[in-house]
Amino acid sequence: MNNEPVNYKRPINFGWLFQMAWRDSRKNRSRLFLFISSIVLGIASLVAIYSFGFNLRQDIDQQAAELVGADMVISGNKPVSPQIQTLIDSLGDRKSTQRSFVSMVQFTKNQGTRLVEVRALEGAFPYYGSIETTPVSAAATFRKNKQVLADRNLMLQFNAHPGDSLKIGNVTFAIAGILDKAPGQTSLSASVAPVVYMPLVYLQQTGLMQRGSRISYSYYIKYDRQENIEKLTNKIEPRLDKEDLNLQTVASQKEQTSRSFEDLTRFLALVGFVALLLGCIGVASSIHIYVREKLQAIAIMRCLGVKSSEAFLIYLIQIVVIGFIGSVIGAALGTIVQQLLPVAFKDFLPIAITVDISWASIGTGILLGVVISLLFALLPLVSIRNISPLNTLRLSFEEATAKRDPLKWLVYLLILAFILAFTYLQLNNIKQAVAFTGFVLLAFFVLTGVATLIMWLIKKFLPFSWSYLFRQGFANLYRPNNQTIILLVSIGLGTAFISTLFFIQSILLSRINLSSGGNQPNLILFDIQTNQQQQVVNLTKSQHLPVFGMVPIVTIRLEELNGKTGAVYKKDTSLHIPRQVFSREYRVTYRDTLVSSEKITAGNWIGKAGANEVVPISVEEKFADHNHLKIGDKMLFNVQGVNMETKITSFRKVNWNRIQTNFLVLFPKGVLEQAPQYFVFTTHVPSASASAKYQQAIVRQFPNISVIDLALVLKLLDDILGKISFVIRFMAGFSIVTGLIVLVASVLISKYQRIQESVLLRTLGASKRQILIITGLEYFFLGAIAALTGILISVPGSWALAKYSFDTPFSPPLLPVLILFFVVALITVFIGLFNSRGILNKPPLEVLRSEV
Amino acid sequence: MNNILKIENLTKTYKSAGNTLTVLNNINFSVEEGSTFSIVGPSGSGKTTLLGLCAGLDRSTSGLVELNQIRLDNLSEDERAQIRNQYVGFIFQNFQLLPTLTALENVMVPLELRGEKNTRTRSMDLLDKVGLANRSHHYPAQLSGGEQQRVSLARAFSNDPKILFADEPTGNLDAETSEKMVKLLFDLNRENGTTLILVTHDMELASKTQRIIRIKGGNLISDERTVAI
Repeated sequence: MNNEPVNYKRPINFGWLFQMAWRDSRKNRSRLFLFISSIVLGIASLVAIYSFGFNLRQDIDQQAAELVGADMVISGNKPVSPQIQTLIDSLGDRKSTQRSFVSMVQFTKNQGTRLVEVRALEGAFPYYGSIETTPVSAAATFRKNKQVLADRNLMLQFNAHPGDSLKIGNVTFAIAGILDKAPGQTSLSASVAPVVYMPLVYLQQTGLMQRGSRISYSYYIKYDRQENIEKLTNKIEPRLDKEDLNLQTVASQKEQTSRSFEDLTRFLALVGFVALLLGCIGVASSIHIYVREKLQAIAIMRCLGVKSSEAFLIYLIQIVVIGFIGSVIGAALGTIVQQLLPVAFKDFLPIAITVDISWASIGTGILLGVVISLLFALLPLVSIRNISPLNTLRLSFEEATAKRDPLKWLVYLLILAFILAFTYLQLNNIKQAVAFTGFVLLAFFVLTGVATLIMWLIKKFLPFSWSYLFRQGFANLYRPNNQTIILLVSIGLGTAFISTLFFIQSILLSRINLSSGGNQPNLILFDIQTNQQQQVVNLTKSQHLPVFGMVPIVTIRLEELNGKTGAVYKKDTSLHIPRQVFSREYRVTYRDTLVSSEKITAGNWIGKAGANEVVPISVEEKFADHNHLKIGDKMLFNVQGVNMETKITSFRKVNWNRIQTNFLVLFPKGVLEQAPQYFVFTTHVPSASASAKYQQAIVRQFPNISVIDLALVLKLLDDILGKISFVIRFMAGFSIVTGLIVLVASVLISKYQRIQESVLLRTLGASKRQILIITGLEYFFLGAIAALTGILISVPGSWALAKYSFDTPFSPPLLPVLILFFVVALITVFIGLFNSRGILNKPPLEVLRSEV
Repeated sequence: MNNILKIENLTKTYKSAGNTLTVLNNINFSVEEGSTFSIVGPSGSGKTTLLGLCAGLDRSTSGLVELNQIRLDNLSEDERAQIRNQYVGFIFQNFQLLPTLTALENVMVPLELRGEKNTRTRSMDLLDKVGLANRSHHYPAQLSGGEQQRVSLARAFSNDPKILFADEPTGNLDAETSEKMVKLLFDLNRENGTTLILVTHDMELASKTQRIIRIKGGNLISDERTVAI
């Protein structure tokens, strides 16, 4: 007999705990794995995005030189001064010069016209990477001949082939080859503005270098010898700055590209994190039920002398191990998904992306998975500590776990701190991290609130007169051990994601459709010279098209603000005037009345300038606010070589969403009429063929005039939105599928709870069909309510976006939303019934023997 | 002979919806080491609550519980767990085997918990004694009720307890199996010199013990020595 004194301080035997965890999990491993499978996709999405980001950084580092194409690029939007030309001449061992501008081009074969970006090139650019062409030799031959390279999409659009002719301005070129890829170009930017390369020597002959033409000047510099670019940059940058020239180097390009794509990967990581959080709530809910089922076993162990901490650790070990396995599977899946991400993003990326395995990302994903599954599992696990051995004699889970446990609050706090810390690591900004955490909490609270409300309403107002099957199906939603809230939250959030996406897409498209519909202008002509005005109007009228007016545009620069030059403001940082105020070119117009898209918000609009007085101007209110401009400020503008003193007398609110000519700075009549100017003209074409005919006539007669076809813009926008929404849907898909996995897990878990009742119902004589209907109805209600909750939640947000951001009435697209509703509801029913089939198809006794 | 269990002025009350419910009222008795002892009474009389308090599964509202000269009411739950592991064995009406452990593993748990060696051999010996050596790798669900209770018996004796608490040990068994089980219980008890505390409403089973106390409505109404053994 045991007569040894009691050893109260018996040390914890971890080996035995692991053994017990192993033994205890033996019959539950598939179920445990099911719990953890909820986090697999969250981890997969994060690992995929981290790996993608890792490869992206590496690729940007390796390919930055190819993005720039040279060691340094000096660029500006005016010809350089002789001093700067001397400086440029002294730099580098090899140089290339490029002038780029937008212009209409015409394929002579079929008279097809299109607005393109013309790049007139001289020299051997690019020095890193290459201009990719078909045939390959075209990249070299076009420079020496009267030839061009034309963008692949442009060629396809007009069914053109190498050897065909292309007219730019007054010159007809032979097409040397198809331009497949220019340095730093994405396929998205190529579709927005297709590029045509031509030799610089022919630029003058095209007649497109007129006054007022917006031409960018770039100088590509290459060093064959070793040169300290950073030191050189520091030396010459101040001089270039003074002349508003931009200097780009491989290092600055690397930094700039990395920064913009880091924002993208951070955003995507947060979307992935939401999927992970969703999965974690699934874990917490599943583990809660698991612990409830383990109550008896834990009480027995406690009877046999297992300490509360030991019992807790046995289950903690199970969760950590399964969490680890789940995370490893998630990481492996993420590494596979990573192969797809470059495909999803290829149109947005200027570089080729490799898909190397990133061990750092995999490690981070696994660690994150273990920590977060542990944190969320802790919520139900801490109640194990309170399970009394007395439960071996009489069972009472509520009594065992209902006690308010301060440790639970600590776990809540830890979870919150973890979300905040993780978000902070992604965003590097505490305010944004707090806001994101707040929004996530709010979304969960709103969904939980709506779910609770719906359950309450069903319970309160479920009509007793309904048939038993309907009542039972509905009642299952609020019965003890239901999974309603967790399912409504997870499926609802996924649905909210998708429907918001639909809404935004439809808002954007309807916005554009609205602008281009009816008799609104849908063709914009610009770069019209003063002497071409009347001819353009005549041509338009001859084709029976409306004339919406000719808007004059004068290009000016700001010399002084309140008597101080840009250089003074740059030195004195206390004055807070952004540099761009001085460096930018202002394209202004003059008139005596306001147009429908404008409204005076401060000061007085003066439509006519008096003789010999300071010119009263009106400034757009957001531009004024951003640049700290006030009513009464004096602005000295350089109008093509002549200085003109002006005073801000009013601020205007401008609706930029209207497709028409809008201006930051508006001059009154009476001062700019004699300044060098060009005109913008708008008309409405009723069809694509009328548009083509009109454009051909314009280009033939006025090669310098550019035409923007809104139908084309609309199509482009649709394409871009389609591509963006594909990416967002791809990411939202993780949340949706996680929701479905949580659904599968919940159905399987609740199956164990429901078996007893279904068997009892069948024993009492319920037919298989009746049980099928009850189960089907329950999951239909669940899916329908979840989908409805998600859609309803997305409505106010989308409405606010439509009203305040896009200033457009909000009308939800009914058909896609209805389809979404039914798809979510039916998938839920399918999964519910598929996983319950065991109960339905087998005799009651067999079910009881095998499942309970 | 020493008292292995001493109960003095033991009272247990529960608070429910503002009312105080007295389940046990001022109970006093002590049990000699190595003796056999029954607590009998009708359903709801408080006998299971008394067993829980005696075995250190629960705390009394007032009064003293002393097991092997150690006051249980001053100890924390984990300290009482240690006492149970070292001195106490349990047999339950519904067997209470860990469903995910084999018969052998169920018997091994109390020994493993104490960090003892040769747990497998000793547990196999015990299973052999209860006639289940050939079912050692079976899970509880694969065993009949009688077999499960025999595993539970082997587990109860595995930590060499000073005192064994049995709550309606034959309550879920048929008459024939019950008889065999009771014989085994008393044989093992005698062999190991363990004190046996039996909770039952079966007077025939109670009469096999040396002493019977009767509980009714939370009060001890009689304390008799039997002539059975």
